[in-house]
Amino acid sequence: MSSTPAVELRGIGKRFPGVIANYDVDLNVRAGTIHAIVGENGAGKSTLMKTLYGMQEPDSGTISVEGTERRFKSPGDAISAGIGMVHQHFMLADNLTVLENIILGSEPGRRGIIDDTQARTRIEDIMSAISTDLDLDMPVSELGVGERQRVEIVKVLFRGARILILDEPTAVLVPEEVDELFVTLSSLVNDGATVIFISHKLDEVLQVSNDITVMRQGTTVAETTPENIDRSGLAELMVGSELPSPAGRTSDIKDDVRLNVENLTVMGVEGRPAVDGASITIRSGEIVGIAGVEGNGQYELCAALLGLMPSTGTVTVDGADLTKATTRQRHDAGLAYIPFDRHREGLMLNAPLWENTLLGREDEDQFGKGPLVDAASIRAYTVDIIKRFGVLTPNETTPAFALSGGNQQKLIVGRTLTTNPGVLVAAHPTRGIDVGAQAAVWDEIRRARDNGMAVLLVSADLEELLGLSDSIAVMFDGSITATLNPDDVTASELGSYMTGAHEEVAS
Amino acid sequence: MTETTTAPSGPSGPLAKILTPSRASGLRTSGTTLASSLLAVIIALGISAVMLFITGKDPVTAFTTIIDTAQNTDKLLEMMRRATPLIFSATAVAIGFKMNIFNIGVEGQYLFAALMAAEAGSHISLPGPLHIAAILAVALISGAAWAGISAFLKVRKNIHEVISTIMLNYIALSFIQWLFNSFFRDDSVEGLNIKTTIIEESGRLPDLVEGRLNSMFIIALVVVAIFWVVVYRSTFGFKLRASGYNATAASTAGISATKMTVIALLLSGAVAGLVAMQSVLGETHAYGPSATPIQLGFAGITVALLGRNHPVGIVIAALLFGFLDSTSAQLQLADVPNSIVKVMQAIIVLTVVIVNEAAVRRTNIKTAERARAELAAGSGA
Repeated sequence: MSSTPAVELRGIGKRFPGVIANYDVDLNVRAGTIHAIVGENGAGKSTLMKTLYGMQEPDSGTISVEGTERRFKSPGDAISAGIGMVHQHFMLADNLTVLENIILGSEPGRRGIIDDTQARTRIEDIMSAISTDLDLDMPVSELGVGERQRVEIVKVLFRGARILILDEPTAVLVPEEVDELFVTLSSLVNDGATVIFISHKLDEVLQVSNDITVMRQGTTVAETTPENIDRSGLAELMVGSELPSPAGRTSDIKDDVRLNVENLTVMGVEGRPAVDGASITIRSGEIVGIAGVEGNGQYELCAALLGLMPSTGTVTVDGADLTKATTRQRHDAGLAYIPFDRHREGLMLNAPLWENTLLGREDEDQFGKGPLVDAASIRAYTVDIIKRFGVLTPNETTPAFALSGGNQQKLIVGRTLTTNPGVLVAAHPTRGIDVGAQAAVWDEIRRARDNGMAVLLVSADLEELLGLSDSIAVMFDGSITATLNPDDVTASELGSYMTGAHEEVAS
Repeated sequence: MTETTTAPSGPSGPLAKILTPSRASGLRTSGTTLASSLLAVIIALGISAVMLFITGKDPVTAFTTIIDTAQNTDKLLEMMRRATPLIFSATAVAIGFKMNIFNIGVEGQYLFAALMAAEAGSHISLPGPLHIAAILAVALISGAAWAGISAFLKVRKNIHEVISTIMLNYIALSFIQWLFNSFFRDDSVEGLNIKTTIIEESGRLPDLVEGRLNSMFIIALVVVAIFWVVVYRSTFGFKLRASGYNATAASTAGISATKMTVIALLLSGAVAGLVAMQSVLGETHAYGPSATPIQLGFAGITVALLGRNHPVGIVIAALLFGFLDSTSAQLQLADVPNSIVKVMQAIIVLTVVIVNEAAVRRTNIKTAERARAELAAGSGA
């Protein structure tokens, strides 16, 4: 291992008018290692990575890459210095093939003719070096999330990157895919590359990284290694407080059934049912978890419950038959939804927060003055949500895109729970958000549950499922294949149910 | 770090401090829009000057002529007269744009509405205001009906409105010609100036300035004001805009995309129906293939684009286009070809679009960075 660091940042500072986003940031990334950068959202990780990837210039400090001091004026400069970025939200063209996506923007060839053979050979070399395998001729639209991410990684390597920045790479993956990613990352560093891994999932950081740098409130506060620190120590460095846990299942389940789903079937695109005869009963004060590898019908189940997809079977909420009801009628009957993908299904990113709060609630009398919107009332209401749910934002007129993922999620949770729903369908309620926000969301869901709300919790976070649920239903290939008691099952057992290894239905 | 601060849990101290300066962000955005539009117009004038110079014309003479025109009251009234149909047309387009529906069919909708309204108006006789109101109602309904075909095709048959509205423009032209020639033509009129039967005195909208500007201009401003209230202030307008911002999120929130699409297209078509009413109610008092102005539907798309689909923007853009149109005669006298005005209009639109796009991107990036930075600093304070 060479003694020259792959990346060395000294005294990086970045201010925006009136404020300081980064100051005195020092970072020393050894070549050929996986270096984790941990910190809460808003701790300055993104600002720092933008600086390193040339998306903005720092006001002070120096950047050295492989021993040479550099100034990056654009991502192009960073790329030519061998730095590549795998973004959290993938930047792939869905209707192009894997090969086309990888070479897009740096096509090998001459005089405008793409040298397909050369491209193929180079990509095969890269894939074998990082022991991954992708069907190069498959359209990206047919790939799963984990595969898309590997396409991104290969794409970055294809452009000659030796130093890879991965921004929250595991936020969108299921446990199995996370393991595959870690294998890929290990192969990468064995092959001489350097990985900078941004995360706030402490277990993963401890599992995969060689070195850890902790950021808090705009600066680097500690450097350590997984050997020298444990989970709670790291959490304390990160947030300055104890690590929250989803546990605390003291729920008092009442007898009244709030959500009853019988024999729900949703037809998929290929004529095969995406959800096949699912039946679920949730009582007042109960949380039922849905475990499963993503794409086994969880989305279709939730969409059908909300009336967003045609389905057969019956759905009743508090005894009212909603089988034929519109989405709005279901909302009015007390069925609320925290969506899978907050950007796609939950938010109007360019609209101010108060308009986002109004979304779905615009017909409520309290927010209207006749046919007009009572802007003052909805704005005051939004300010209340911001306070109560701890949404970090300058104010209620800030557009949603300006908020971090965790704060966007807190706003959605706030908007949803303040309707006092009888039944909450919560899909990945804490996905991609930091520990502080996670604890806040869990607290709010638990509080509403204690007040009698019934919850259907879909999650890829097994710890969250085991900690919050009163019972767990496993979805595999569209069917509920098992109903488990979270007290009697471990995360690894749950994992084997999710992949279809267990077939019998537990009582 | 000497202080030991906990993770910020609410917008207490630091946020309260931030609240005040950022309140201005809305104002700042519209300021940016206005500034960038002005900048674009100046750039466009510069490009036009270069173009005039290259084609051997004197830009100074051209601009002097334009400035002279701007000081001529008659010409300013002419500007308002020409702007009137553009305001309706652009508003019709903007209603669609607000929920990402591209109504390219304003042309067909307004011509169909003009024929129906003129024909209906010539058959009824009611006391003044009622006669006018009836003609306007026929125009609104006819425009909405024609647009309704596209709405039906989109909602029921999943046919994209761009395709159906464009095709329906062609159909409208032929259909109108057939209706006119077969049924509605006033056979007593011969020659080139064929028309429907002239509407009686009671169905004529009085001029605001005799012979110069019809009261339709006022109706145009009223419609724009209603557009503003409905789109930006009403619950219905919120649903419309929400569907435009993010259709998936809107339908997840229970806003019916089908319903909003139908209503948006019907409203858009209804407003489109008013485009030729200045001609029908105030000028020719009839529909005629050569008397009723054409191409205003397409001009409306440009004006809506230039006005960024905002009511105030639309009025300003329509006046600007009306002004440039009204200068063309003057420019011809000064030996500047008529076509230069069209070219200038095109350059203005292109530069506005480019400059605005750049400005919006910059503002968005800055807003996001500022919000993050304010919070980072806030939690460190």
